[in-house]
Amino acid sequence: MISAISVGIGILLLALALWTVVVRDTFAAVAGFIPYGLLLTLAWLVLRAVDVALTEAAIGAGLTGALLIRAASRLHPTEAAAQAETPGLGTRVVAGVAAAAVAVVIAVCLLRLPDPAPTLAPEVARHIEATGVGNPITAVLLSFRAIDTLLEAIVLLFGVVGVWSLAPDRCWGGRPGLAQAVGPNDILVYLARVLPPIGVVIGIYIFWAGADHPGGKFQGATVIAAMWLLVMMSGLRDAPPVNRRWLRVVLVLGPAVFIALGLLGAVMAGAFLAYPDGWAKLWIIVIEAALLPSLAVTLVLLMVGPPQRPEVSP
Amino acid sequence: MNVTQLFGITAAALVGLGVYGLIVNPQPLRKVLAFNLIGNGVFLACAVIAHRGAAAGMSGDPVPQALLITAIVVSFAASALAVGLMLRRFAQTGTNSLAAPDEAAPGEARTHAEAR
Repeated sequence: MISAISVGIGILLLALALWTVVVRDTFAAVAGFIPYGLLLTLAWLVLRAVDVALTEAAIGAGLTGALLIRAASRLHPTEAAAQAETPGLGTRVVAGVAAAAVAVVIAVCLLRLPDPAPTLAPEVARHIEATGVGNPITAVLLSFRAIDTLLEAIVLLFGVVGVWSLAPDRCWGGRPGLAQAVGPNDILVYLARVLPPIGVVIGIYIFWAGADHPGGKFQGATVIAAMWLLVMMSGLRDAPPVNRRWLRVVLVLGPAVFIALGLLGAVMAGAFLAYPDGWAKLWIIVIEAALLPSLAVTLVLLMVGPPQRPEVSP
Repeated sequence: MNVTQLFGITAAALVGLGVYGLIVNPQPLRKVLAFNLIGNGVFLACAVIAHRGAAAGMSGDPVPQALLITAIVVSFAASALAVGLMLRRFAQTGTNSLAAPDEAAPGEARTHAEAR
């Protein structure tokens, strides 16, 4: 059986997705992407993937939405020229047929999935005791498939390197983003004074609860990153110059600790990223605690973009 | 029809819409948006597969769910890099068009290139 709310989520999701594709103005399309992301969060909840729902709400809808909104308003001057390039009816019909063909093939595949469904859940249930954590997703991320998480942390680091490498030469070592000018009595300044203490506590709680309940370092790091972004956007604190040593240290701390403990595992337990018997929980907590600040700083730096203002005094 | 089939079809439709938007919309930012739709469709398909794998007292197969968390974070990083490239190109040339240079206002692009 299927509840009305699931059908409603599915229909609204597709309607908003259609909106982001066909609406004429880019800003309107991006504005539709944020409620779309929140509806997708509800879809994860219907599918009982609570950890994924938290990540989607924080990163998929929240950070990606904010990133695209900012880009859309900056690129607004190019909008008129771009709209003139809209392809003719012929191209659109061909694109529609191609897209429909892709969708039909995927739909047929998803409707004819093998029964009974293959699953690794019993395997995870059998071995989760050894990791000491109660949340199976944390156990997969930090133990059974730790190599994926390590590579992901490194990919994010490469993302920051990529974004920074887009800086003009004269701005290298300077501060990212544009200087914010907000009045001292602005509501944003008020929020930036009141919310961060609460947000940081919530972020750390989500991280800590992730061992046994839905949550974890990604979701917690995003909440902390959002608090820092709020402080930057309100103009209370400027973004740090990218040549600061502490910034670089925090950026590489998580992946470095992860690799170091992985190598230690190779010595003590016989395989890279293997945890010695009885130490798994401690190992996981140390890795997650090191990853949390690295991920928060990485997400903030990906959001604010390459350095754009040369540092005046060193 | 059950939840799995409903969101399976939704996932397929999201990929289809994304493919259409990727081809038809001329703005690079819209292409990033459309690519995110394709990605979301794939994620949703993955979540459907995870949901079907519910066993051993778990609400879903935790392995694809963990992969989804990784995927969402990585797709944000990819979007951020794409947006960075776009904004840099716009700052450098004053244009964000993907059309061949002689198609889209050649004089304008050259003036900006000289200005820097």
